[in-house]
Amino acid sequence: MSEIVSKHTVSVLVDNEPGVLARVIGLISGRGYNIDSLTVAEVDAEKHISRITIVAPGTEQTVNKMISQLQRIVPVKRAANVTFEKQGIEREMALVKIVSTGEKRVESMRLSDVFRARVIDTTHDSFVFELNGSPRKIDAFIDLMKPLGLSEVSRTGVVAIARGTEKM
Amino acid sequence: MVNIQMTGAQMVLKAFEDHQVDTIFGYPGGAVLPIYDELAKERDTNQPIRHYLVRHEQGASHSAEGYARSSGKVGVMLVTSGPGVTNSVTGLTDAMMDSIPIVCISGQVPTHLIGTDAFQECDAVGITRPCTKHNWLVKDINDLSRILHEAFYVASSGRPGPVLVDIPKDIQFQTGTYIGPETVKHKSYRPKLKANIDQIDDALKLIVDAEKPIFYTGGGVINSGNAAVQLLREFVRLTGFPITSTLQGLGAYPGDDSQFIGMLGMHGTYEANMAMNECDLMINIGARFDDRITGKIDEFSPNSKKIHIDIDPASINKIVKVDVPLIGDVAHVLEDSIKLWKSKVYKINKPPLKEWWKTIDKWKEKDSLKFTSDKNTIKPQYAIQRLYELTKDKDVFVTTEVGQHQMWAAQYYKFSKPNRWITSGGLGTMGFGLPAAIGAQVAHPDKLVIDIAGEASILMCIQEMSTAIQHKLPVKIFIINNQYMGMVRQWQELLHDKRYSHSYTDALPDFVKLAEAYGAKGIRVQKPNELDKAINEMIEYEGPVIFDCVVEQNENVYPMIPSGKAHNEMLLGDETKKEEISDEGKVLV
Repeated sequence: MSEIVSKHTVSVLVDNEPGVLARVIGLISGRGYNIDSLTVAEVDAEKHISRITIVAPGTEQTVNKMISQLQRIVPVKRAANVTFEKQGIEREMALVKIVSTGEKRVESMRLSDVFRARVIDTTHDSFVFELNGSPRKIDAFIDLMKPLGLSEVSRTGVVAIARGTEKM
Repeated sequence: MVNIQMTGAQMVLKAFEDHQVDTIFGYPGGAVLPIYDELAKERDTNQPIRHYLVRHEQGASHSAEGYARSSGKVGVMLVTSGPGVTNSVTGLTDAMMDSIPIVCISGQVPTHLIGTDAFQECDAVGITRPCTKHNWLVKDINDLSRILHEAFYVASSGRPGPVLVDIPKDIQFQTGTYIGPETVKHKSYRPKLKANIDQIDDALKLIVDAEKPIFYTGGGVINSGNAAVQLLREFVRLTGFPITSTLQGLGAYPGDDSQFIGMLGMHGTYEANMAMNECDLMINIGARFDDRITGKIDEFSPNSKKIHIDIDPASINKIVKVDVPLIGDVAHVLEDSIKLWKSKVYKINKPPLKEWWKTIDKWKEKDSLKFTSDKNTIKPQYAIQRLYELTKDKDVFVTTEVGQHQMWAAQYYKFSKPNRWITSGGLGTMGFGLPAAIGAQVAHPDKLVIDIAGEASILMCIQEMSTAIQHKLPVKIFIINNQYMGMVRQWQELLHDKRYSHSYTDALPDFVKLAEAYGAKGIRVQKPNELDKAINEMIEYEGPVIFDCVVEQNENVYPMIPSGKAHNEMLLGDETKKEEISDEGKVLV
């Protein structure tokens, strides 16, 4: 197995009951794994199932161990490495606030167009952009905005799903 | 099933009845008074629940473990909120590490006070989340019966473990609908019991081809139950392979059988560890490649194929990469294996096996458990050997505390049946032995139960003597007294140039007087020639006994794989030249 440390996206389906998120993150920190991002929301209101998406750095082996441990948690129904299976689609949303005037302000507007970001709030001195895409795209946008008056960023964290007919 | 209306407190007792619980260990307090009130009311019924009043909630948790491990049933404990829960944490963690089914019912402050830092409030589910298999805070009376049934199911199925149900006091008073256990099915938790048959066949083919095989068995066999034990014995005899066991697996295979080559690991026999090191096929049944077993992991059994039977998928490839994983219950997997073996008429490769046994017999000649006896002082090994010889004709249950005495007990006391050996392996909890012995005695009132203890460990839960007296439980506490925290002293000798930092106890109680103060019998022995008579006196006494066996102070546990070393780098005794332990090794525990 690969010994290279990289980012892995893990999807976890859980019974939406009190404390389930604490169990999942408690296990991850208790066993010495790290988390880069985490998202959670109920995805089946009738059956009360939530989906947790975790981005964690590690080798394939450590992430597989983490998944096995997650599957031991009683309310965890399934856990899978959607990166590893190379079938995953990952998306994230970011709100990016730019405070600047003059040429910098114009440039930020021009670049946001390239990234197909939407302006959702503006004053004479600021924009708030809404941007969707892969985490890498958002990273790139934020990097470009840094010299143009980047003031504040809020990101949702990654959500992921398998391509094609495959179901978790 | 009729759905009945009753109070929360009544539901707890009804659930006990429905799950055949007749014994609980507990300690009352403000937040569990409604449940204790129900216990008082049903005291006069035909089959009241037997409640054993402990002296500290840690005692309740270890007693529940001792009860569960000696009987194969779920251990049940009842404690109050706040300190009742926090005192239980050690026992719950212990049960988690050794996979023991425990249901802990805890009281909680009423729901409207949760989160207000109320008197005796603690975040019970938060504190116990990492040390239970699962836990619940009951916020609605109509969830209570379902949760109680789920609790028993989760604790006892799959890889067993402790669970906690936290019940606020107002919920205990409220009336709601009780649903019977037949109608409750857990939403998602379904452990897999049977392994894939093709993979079993792959494993059997490895067994057929093996030239230097070994069975390495663990507590999973005992947890799986008596059927697993019988099937293991059948399978091992069918193959003629050598078998070694972890600390927790002792008794699954008879300790005095010729195919059994002793315990393995840090203080295992020379032949067991060498065989693990040199084997070409390792069949791990219900063990977990614990660090006490493997020694230095990158030199662990370098040339073997590995089969691993485990009910917990997370144990597979966690520490050691295996060739054939068989995920399932030991009894189910062994049953299918034996059936398949017979139907395919597989045969063992006999000539190489004979050679392998010759090699093992050579290792055995080292006699790694030998020790020099002394006329004037009792050697601890000798004490355990005599205890074994004088009790082996009885059906004895042995518990231990943690330390040198525990290892000597594992080495010199031989077990021929499962569930007779009850020791804290994973967590290594000093203070475990006495309350565990109480639990075992409760489960087996007419059997001889001995806690092999150290003088340091026993003081950690000594208050449970009072429990033993109150409930007339004739447990025998056999203290190997060397005045040191012996294992700490041994490590300080080997790793820290004999700087014995705080490992000597300067002010021990007089254990004979201590026994008498509790109303038990005290016996002290200092000379080897008085030992047998005193042990017999202990066995014959009808009540609890504290036996103070004063032993040689500087004896070490050998053989020993020093930290950071491989199986073939064992120290065999004090006379062996001591190699420097590397800095890397010193860091390990």
